[in-house]
Amino acid sequence: MRIGYYPGCSLSGTGRDFGESMDAVAKALGIELAEIPEWTCCGSSSGHMTDRLVSVALPANVLLKAQKAGFDQVMAPCAACYNRLATAKHEIETSAQTKAQAEKILQTKLEKLPRVLNVVEMLAQVSDTIAAKVTKKFDETVACYYGCLLVRPAKITGFDRTEDPVEMDKLVTAVGGKTVDWSFKTECCGASFSLSKTSVVGRLGAKILQNAVAHKADAVVVACPMCHSNLDLRRGEINQRLAAKIDIPVLYITQVIGLALGIPGKKLGLGRHFVPVKFPATATATATTTTTGPQVVQ
Amino acid sequence: MSRVGVFICHCGENIAGTVDVAAVAKAALDMPGVVHAVEYKYMCSDPGQTMLKDAIKEKKLDGVVVAACSPRMHEPTFRRTAEEGGINPFQCEMANLREHCSWVHEKAPATTAKAVDLVRLQVEKVKRNLPLNPIRVPITKKALVLGGGIAGIQAALDIANAGNPVLLVEQSPSIGGHMSQLSETFPTLDCSQCILTPRMVEVARHPNITLYTYSELEKLEGFIGNFKATIRRKARKIDEKICNGCGVCQQKCPVKKIPDQFNEGLSNRPAIFVPFPQAVPNKPVIDVENCTYFKTGKCKACEKLCPTKAIRFDQEDQIEVHDVGAVVLATGYKTMPVSNFPEYGYGKFKDVIDGMKFERLASASGPTGGAIKRPSDGKEPQHVVFIACAGSRDRAKGVPYCSKICCMYTAKHAMLYQHKVHGGTATVFYMDVRAAGKNYDEFVRRAVEEDGVKYVRGRVSRVYEDNGQLVVKGVDTLLGGEQVEIRADMVVLATAVQAQDNAEELAQTLHVSYDPYKFFAEAHPKLRPVETNTAGIFLAGACQAPRDIPETVAQASGAAVKVCGLFSQPTLTREPIIAVVDRQAPPVFSNCVGCFLCKSACPYQAIEEEAIKNRNGDVIKTVAKVNPGLCQGCGTCVSTCRTKAIDLQGYSNEQIFAELMSI
Repeated sequence: MRIGYYPGCSLSGTGRDFGESMDAVAKALGIELAEIPEWTCCGSSSGHMTDRLVSVALPANVLLKAQKAGFDQVMAPCAACYNRLATAKHEIETSAQTKAQAEKILQTKLEKLPRVLNVVEMLAQVSDTIAAKVTKKFDETVACYYGCLLVRPAKITGFDRTEDPVEMDKLVTAVGGKTVDWSFKTECCGASFSLSKTSVVGRLGAKILQNAVAHKADAVVVACPMCHSNLDLRRGEINQRLAAKIDIPVLYITQVIGLALGIPGKKLGLGRHFVPVKFPATATATATTTTTGPQVVQ
Repeated sequence: MSRVGVFICHCGENIAGTVDVAAVAKAALDMPGVVHAVEYKYMCSDPGQTMLKDAIKEKKLDGVVVAACSPRMHEPTFRRTAEEGGINPFQCEMANLREHCSWVHEKAPATTAKAVDLVRLQVEKVKRNLPLNPIRVPITKKALVLGGGIAGIQAALDIANAGNPVLLVEQSPSIGGHMSQLSETFPTLDCSQCILTPRMVEVARHPNITLYTYSELEKLEGFIGNFKATIRRKARKIDEKICNGCGVCQQKCPVKKIPDQFNEGLSNRPAIFVPFPQAVPNKPVIDVENCTYFKTGKCKACEKLCPTKAIRFDQEDQIEVHDVGAVVLATGYKTMPVSNFPEYGYGKFKDVIDGMKFERLASASGPTGGAIKRPSDGKEPQHVVFIACAGSRDRAKGVPYCSKICCMYTAKHAMLYQHKVHGGTATVFYMDVRAAGKNYDEFVRRAVEEDGVKYVRGRVSRVYEDNGQLVVKGVDTLLGGEQVEIRADMVVLATAVQAQDNAEELAQTLHVSYDPYKFFAEAHPKLRPVETNTAGIFLAGACQAPRDIPETVAQASGAAVKVCGLFSQPTLTREPIIAVVDRQAPPVFSNCVGCFLCKSACPYQAIEEEAIKNRNGDVIKTVAKVNPGLCQGCGTCVSTCRTKAIDLQGYSNEQIFAELMSI
């Protein structure tokens, strides 16, 4: 399988471990991740907050380059990149006006742009191969956390069940793991408040981790560098807020699969986590009780 | 040579303000065949009509063109006037100078020129009109009512009370429908069963009503006044005539653990059962799928213990065909399954229930005797959250329309809860409160002001469980968009009202049109709300759109009046604008070659096959024939016919071509 690969900016930065594990797993599965030549910014965050047209034209440019390079499918591991690329494609295909605007900016016709996949979608296509290549069962109980951008909005992503997604759970099960049926699979992690207002990330991340621990998960599995950094890098803020210590690790889905395929932890970037990857985690008893009380509704 | 009269109406300023009516009259006089042309301020007024009648007599007119408003408005008026003047009413045509000309154009010479053209078209047509006579069709004065909920009950009673026989067909073992499951009704809080059961008994006892419960319509053939309904009477496996409804079989049935549909699965029932104590008829039915005898060939406990020996294990479904003249569709609704809402965790959380379950919990005849006890552990919930618009007005995941009844029943539920659980808290999340109806808004205000129900304007994004406690996470948009979290003991979803699962199939069986959400479509959204586009089939209740009880009853009575109106005529009179297939002298007999493309094209199943035979009875050829009772005059067959053997009376090819050639 050869697929157009769009690593985006975070996979060499905060999501370096995601990139490393992505490469290692793809190699082990025989997937050729061919980087799109001269790829540019996907238009997320600062892009789409500044100008709507920029947020369509930038990803359209990426898809155009992929198309020229002969790809009919593009995979973006970062959920924000994935969402931007998929949204641009959707808007160009459904709005003649947007299409005309984007074509004017890019000085070319935009027809039959490549299909955009997220990492879970791509791995789900080869889940039989993954299951067959397992050398070391991933014998842990985890909470799969999808966040907001992987599955929503449903009409754009057309992927999994919007409110109660299960595709990542299926992958974990395929490599021998157990997943918990928990409540916060698609709650907000705080997203880019990670940089601008960490208290928000602390509040939201605390709820997610608390719920995962309450459901007896030994780790959280994600498919988005933003989710990862908010739950991993900002753990100090979270634990400070909770006045407790939650120390369950946060793994990328590629790391989970990599471990099961017998790839050494170093190649999967496991050493780059802020919360050490250890199983089973020793969650403190206090962390399992909820601190948020009922708010009185007037 | 024709003698056509043209009558041009000013319609006050409506036409004369834009069109030069005098010029139109002058131009009309030059048209071949026109012997008389006048203009007048209001042709539809009494003097205007008299002018028309007199002109027909004095000028010996054989055709009339009234150039005025839309024929939808006044064609019947002027046709009647023409008839009074002494000519066939179908020799009168209308040129629409108002909607098609003066209202849509500026005052200009071109506008007047268009008006002249419109008149010329009709003059050319009327010269070729043939006198037509209304079609008379016999009527079977018996109505079929499908569905035994409150809509069907009301329609059946009204039709029967007017002296007409009614066949009421209900698919479940008892009539009563959803209304029999309700606890109290808004806005008066009177007990639903108390007001419904007398009506149910009246249906059973009415000499003009034949009640078929546990029965379904298989097929409907024929046309208005002359339908043939094929009905499947499903085998109850008991002899209804012998059974006295003593209930011993229910007590003795060893199978006890089947979820009771009437109680929405909140309690269990045996395999032989009467849906509820007040059921009509109060005769049990054997649930073949769960009966031990039907599963294993052993048991027969009910048969052994039945004091009247009424059990019939070998009873089979019966098919009956009935002649009926009209059909009332009153098949009701369902609510959106709560499994559609993963964000509210249904299926996982036993205490997230829908409105109908709450009705059963609050009902005195329900599984808890009217005490509010939550399904998971039977405890009395101290805080109940009601979520309105679960699926309604939700383009992304639900249905875009408003389900109409939820605002009211949610207010009722919250109110009933406050009455039954003193010190409890009821919170309602809503988008808007839509309480348009007599005493409706007052009812909602009463819930808020007297019973202390807390209304929070905002949506709920998630219901989750935290250490066994339900947490409702939403937003309060009136508190500046603040996020709200409520720890609740039970959550009630006001799920969207939807068409029945088999609605589409039924509509196709009956050739009734339906909307994108499978609700049956009325013939006109405002002016013909209880009729369908198939003549003789009428609508009542929530099978057409979400409705509450008062509206359903009103609409059912409306449908009943339509049926009675139909039955009050000795024969049925219909406009003769129908298709006719060519017939001519031997040896050709007809231009029709018998390809029957028309048959597949006809949306009303009006094309029949006719065998033309010689004196010995041998078939010479098979040709198409139009059933005048079914044909709606749409003309689809005319355009489909390869040999031009079909023509539409009143709108023949010759007439239409003459119109086109005149401009």
